[in-house]
Parts: sequence; structure tokens; C-alpha cells
Amino acid sequence: MKKNSLALLFLILGNFALAQNNDQILIAAASDLKFALDSLVTVFKGAHPSAVVDVTYGSSGKLYEQISHSAPFDLFFSADIEYPLRLKKSGVTASDVYAYGVGRIVIWSLMDPKNDMATFLLKPSIRKIAIANPQHAPYGRRAEEALKYFDVYDRIKPKLVYGENISQTAQFVTAGAAEAGIIALSLALSPAMKKLNGHYYIIPENTHQPLEQGFVVLKSAENNSLANDFKNFMLGSAAATILSNFGFTKK
Amino acid sequence: MVQWDPFVLTFKLATITTVILFLLSVPLAYWLTYSRYKIKYVVEALVSLPLILPPSVLGFYLLLAFSPRNAFGKFLEQYLDLRLVFTFEGLIVASILYSLPFMVQPIHNGLKLLPASLVEASYTLGKGRLTTLLRVLLPNIRTSLITAIVLSFAHTIGEFGVVLMVGGNIPRETRVVSIALYDEVEAMNYGQANLYAVTLLLFAFLTLLIVYLVNYRSRITKVI
Repeated sequence: MKKNSLALLFLILGNFALAQNNDQILIAAASDLKFALDSLVTVFKGAHPSAVVDVTYGSSGKLYEQISHSAPFDLFFSADIEYPLRLKKSGVTASDVYAYGVGRIVIWSLMDPKNDMATFLLKPSIRKIAIANPQHAPYGRRAEEALKYFDVYDRIKPKLVYGENISQTAQFVTAGAAEAGIIALSLALSPAMKKLNGHYYIIPENTHQPLEQGFVVLKSAENNSLANDFKNFMLGSAAATILSNFGFTKK
Repeated sequence: MVQWDPFVLTFKLATITTVILFLLSVPLAYWLTYSRYKIKYVVEALVSLPLILPPSVLGFYLLLAFSPRNAFGKFLEQYLDLRLVFTFEGLIVASILYSLPFMVQPIHNGLKLLPASLVEASYTLGKGRLTTLLRVLLPNIRTSLITAIVLSFAHTIGEFGVVLMVGGNIPRETRVVSIALYDEVEAMNYGQANLYAVTLLLFAFLTLLIVYLVNYRSRITKVI
């Protein structure tokens, strides 16, 4: 009796196992795409009702590491085109690398930065400033560069707190854990952040290296037609409109 | 939109882990209790390591070991067609290591506290070691067995660091409840995050309550 119920349990559990098929893709995406890609997937699913599209968000550097260690992703969207290019060189990709836009960084705070970034960040009332971890998040590296450009990096360094990726960084500021943060414009423009009535100031592009975004189809999706469909969708005009609504510019 | 997938996945992971752990731990705890070899102290220390080791240490080494770029991962892939990094199977292996002390220690302690006369009586009556274990020892440490099973199951559900490092946050494959909670907080979905958090909190509380009730009741019956 006991043996039978155990066998039954495994039978039930076995049914939860997912069937890998052509109706399913798994996307690894940089966190700056959190809201933009959710919209893109919704639109894509409108044309592919039976498709299962799952997205795992993280910092581009961490996702790159995972893909290098053969994580089973089908497409990779990176906030720094350098990562997909490197994957292509190491031969784990199944398509060209496509640039889909340039990201921008903003200072975001519930207080008004009054368009003077340097003075604002030095204020004593700004006790913590959140940026993404520059070690593996491209937005963190650009934030550091901009801070150095304004010549305030050394003075505000003790105030810096590091998010695991750009959306955790945004979460630090929106939750009030940090008074200000340098985050992606694409997140600042999302409905979730807009409703908080924060202020943001777009950091000029000449203060940092460009955040050129790029995506690639990975080897595990070589024969997956849905991955190919998604690639074509991303290269189309509908996707371009959504991306520009979230603040991604064309090069 | 409520996401149930992480709950299903977590429950599945904890169940499979607990079943395998139980089958492994009974012989292991038996050996730790009755072996005369000094090496058993080394084994005991190894088994208990996850109690004090930061999960990231285990996660780090498992990531290296599982990766198909390294010898062990390559071997598994080539000969067994098995990939453990960023897969559900990998989480099972990681969970077994991570929850091992929670299964072994209560069983080991239960066996240690049994009077030697019990084993001797069984042997005198002509019963072998296996029969003695299954018919005499295990039924007498029922409370310890329940504690071990409940704690291992609960501890697997409470896993976070190891899964974060070797799981890769993949829906329906490695995105367990604790990871999904972390994800939802990052996405500023506090409602969904709260649902996960409250569920885990209630579950943890009920688990401990069950363990204490079982232990308390068994003490009463012994006195009677």
C-alpha cells in the first residue's frame, strides 16, 4: 500500500514536468528591459496565442556568466552589446548580434534634483545613492563614469549602495532605502515607477560610454522556430515603437 | 495575476529531496551510530557542514562542479546525458547536500539514545541486522523520523542562496518560491511578493509547531 502511494505520488509529480517544444522560449534579459520586454512579450503573444514566453531578468554580466556555463536560455538581451558579441565569438550563438537601441541613465529621486546633478548628490540630505553593481551591470559602469565626469565620484563614494542589477537599484530608491539612484530611463518611464511621482533627470550622453543594447539567439534555440519568430518581431516596427516609448534611442 | 508555478515547483523539489534523503540517511545514520571506525567522526563533520557553511560556499563549488566546462560536469553530460547546472535535477542534488544534516542528525540522535539491550535482545532472538533495523530500531525512533522528515522538507523549502547560485531563476525549472519572492521585490510587485512571503512564513511556523507537538506528545506517552 505504501509503495503504491509513493509510486502514485511520483506519477503525479512527473506530470508537472514541462514538455520542451517549439511553442516555448526562455529569454534571458537585462533588468533595464523589465517593463519594456513585458510589454513586447504581451504584444508578441497576441500574434502567437499558444506560445509560452518566459523571461528571466538579471544583470547582463551575470546572465552572460550563466549562459557561458550553459544555462538553457534561447535568447539573450544584454544592456551591453559586448556580452552577446563575446558569446558569438565563443560559438554558443545561433544568429547575428542585433543592436536594438541605446539605453540612457537618469538620476531618480523622490526629491527634485533641479537639473543640477552634482550639487544634488552632494547634499547632506542625500545619505545613500543607489547604483547598479559596476562589476557585472553595464548601467552601474556608466553611472560610475558619469559621476567621475562630474568630478563627484570620490566625494560621494561613501554614500553609494550597490544593486545586484538595475531593477534592484530602482527598487532601492522607490522603497526609500536610498534617497537617490542612478537608474535606467526605461525603468523610470515604466508605469510602476511613474505612479510614485518621483523626479528624474536624464544624464547627458557625453558623460559616459554609450549603453548600446544588443540581443542574440542562442545555440539551444537553433531549431526553435518560435525563437526565430521572436527575433523577427524584435527587428520589426512594432517592437521599435515600444522600445522608443521606454526611452531606448536608435544609434 | 497570481503565479502558482513556484509553489508547485517548490513542493515537488522538497518532496523528491525528502524521499531521496530519507533513503540515504537511514543507512548513513545507522553506520554513524554503530560503526567502530574512527573515520565516522570525519563523516559526521562533513554531513553537518551545511549547518554552518554559508550557502554561497556550497553554491559556488556546485556551480564549478556542475558546469559542463569542468571535468565532473563534462563527464555527466557525455556519459549520462545529464546536466545539473541551471536544471531541476541540479537543484535536487544541491538540496540533498544542503539538507543532509537535517535528516541525518535527528535519526542519528534517535538511534544513539536507544538502549543497547534492545539490539541485543533482537540478536539473541536470532534476528539479523536488517530485520533489527527495520522491525526494532526504526519503529522505536518514530518521533525522530518524523522530526527528520518534517525538518528536511521545510529546510528545502527555505533554501535560497544555493538555488540562487546554481538554479539561474528559470520559470518552472528552478524558480522556487523564495527566488520568485526576491524577483517580485526587484520588480516592485509588492502584492505578489507578499503572497509568497506570507505563505512561507505560515508554512515555517506550522512546521515548527508540528515538530514541537510531536516531540511533546511522545514524551508524555513515554512517562505513562
